Amino acid sequence: MKISKKDVDYVAALARLEFEQKEEEKLTEQLASILGYVDKIKEVDTSKIEPTSHGFSGENVWREDTVVKSSEQTIESIFKNAPAKDGMFFKVEKVMDMED
Amino acid sequence: MNAKYEAVIGLEVHSQIKTDTKVFCNCSTDFHSQPNTNICPVCTGQPGVLPVLNKKAVELLVRTGLALECRINKKSVFARKQYFYPDLPKNYQISQYDLPFAEHGKLNISVDGGVKTIGITRIHLEEDAGKLVHDIGMKKLDYSLADYNRTGIPLMEIVSEPDMRTPQDAAAYLTALKSLIEYLETSDCNMEEGKFRCDANVSIRPVGQKEFGTKAELKNMNTISGVEEALVYEIQRQIEVVENGGKIVQETRTWDPDEKVTKSMRSKENAHDYRYFPDPDLVPVILDDDFINKIKKDIPELPEKRKQRLISECGLSQYDANVIISDKALADYYETALETASKQSDNSGKQIANWITTELLGKLNSAKLTIKESPVKAENLGTLVALIIKGTISGKIAKMVFEDMFNDGKDPDTVVKEKGLVQISDEGAIVAICKEAVAESPKIVEEYKAGKERAIGAIVGLVMKKSKGKANPQMVNKILIDLLKQ
Repeated sequence: MKISKKDVDYVAALARLEFEQKEEEKLTEQLASILGYVDKIKEVDTSKIEPTSHGFSGENVWREDTVVKSSEQTIESIFKNAPAKDGMFFKVEKVMDMED
Repeated sequence: MNAKYEAVIGLEVHSQIKTDTKVFCNCSTDFHSQPNTNICPVCTGQPGVLPVLNKKAVELLVRTGLALECRINKKSVFARKQYFYPDLPKNYQISQYDLPFAEHGKLNISVDGGVKTIGITRIHLEEDAGKLVHDIGMKKLDYSLADYNRTGIPLMEIVSEPDMRTPQDAAAYLTALKSLIEYLETSDCNMEEGKFRCDANVSIRPVGQKEFGTKAELKNMNTISGVEEALVYEIQRQIEVVENGGKIVQETRTWDPDEKVTKSMRSKENAHDYRYFPDPDLVPVILDDDFINKIKKDIPELPEKRKQRLISECGLSQYDANVIISDKALADYYETALETASKQSDNSGKQIANWITTELLGKLNSAKLTIKESPVKAENLGTLVALIIKGTISGKIAKMVFEDMFNDGKDPDTVVKEKGLVQISDEGAIVAICKEAVAESPKIVEEYKAGKERAIGAIVGLVMKKSKGKANPQMVNKILIDLLKQ
């Protein structure tokens, strides 16, 4: 599979990453090599195998609907992991549109 | 709408599933908690945590899917939908992609006296995002505040087929869907608390054309009538664009309820690429027949069926039945009142419906109360109607009694006793009053005897006045006619 600089730019933009031109060239090469390996794997005949969504087997891991409250300490440490807070809120960059 | 065009409308409803805890962690879903008190390492996306699925959320979604006649998929998988936004601490939302829990359902709606069937494409389970605050009171902030209490609350996204053609269809669909979900008790559907939200996809095409036009996605409608208004505006806007030789662009538009217009939300981010892939942290869910049948057995009587029963068993008109079943709490109120009345008298079904639609709902509306907050309890309304049917009080007196019941929350028996409003049906007592009245009205008696039968009305009026409205009017009539024959 061919990877162009445009593909790298696109993926980088989605991941909110910025690269120097030199890094970009290196990444283009590395990604091409990784995807080349995927091409090789694709040669295996999987027509009779169901698509695998998970790397391990198992199903229906679930729990009952019972409330467990976080301790104040836990909440405090979550706030400590955030870049900024304002009172009871996490402080984030201003956003106005696009609420999904 | 311009007769040359027709609209094609599909709706996406996000309804909050009624669980005590979030979908992948044990945090509470309480709406009224202080900001960021219902959060934990899982729902705030701390490194190394593992989500664990809430079984109740799956059960309630399946219950909804079955009521909407969906096929329940034996195997379902969760997928990650990836985008950056400050209300989404993990930078991806756990949702479903190619294997949702339910697919291919339908819902019947009533419009213009007819019935239309709207297809349900799918219902999938996903987690809600957090809440962003942009201003405090009137003050606009130059940053935003995030509250992650809502992050991870289970939502069922119910996607319809593009089967609706008018804004009225859309409103009827949302009303029917909301009512169905309330009957199922799988969501509170409280629109003010954002527990029942709707986005609309709408396009126009010349009548007769098979292909769909380019659609716009409408957001930010917070009421069912808001959805209807936004669609009316947007359809007209699209027709004008096309009529003026323009082209519709595919875009997201937001409804401004104050200006009553839709506005483009075009932004740099509009080209979304969510890169869905199966979430490796969550194993597939396999639902067997036992699981599904157990839920199926537990589904209560649904609005459509209840409506038919009220019409055939209680003698209600289509209109009254529609009003009463539209809200489960109201239908429950009606049936409780009916049950109470039936113990005391017969045939009260229609009268109770009349009292609800003509007296009670209007009063509740002006007092801004819901049926659950009604100062007149269902049992008391039933007793009131029974009192009328038994002849204990007249319909006119009943209105006065109802007034007191609504204002003071008293039961009808107490009001009737306290105010001495019991209708006089004792023949002896009525005869005595009638004799008095006849003696006092010699002229009218003469006229009556001379053949002017209508003159009797004046004597009836006098008897009612003397009895303070309490004499049984039918008996008064009969007794007077007998007296005047002599």
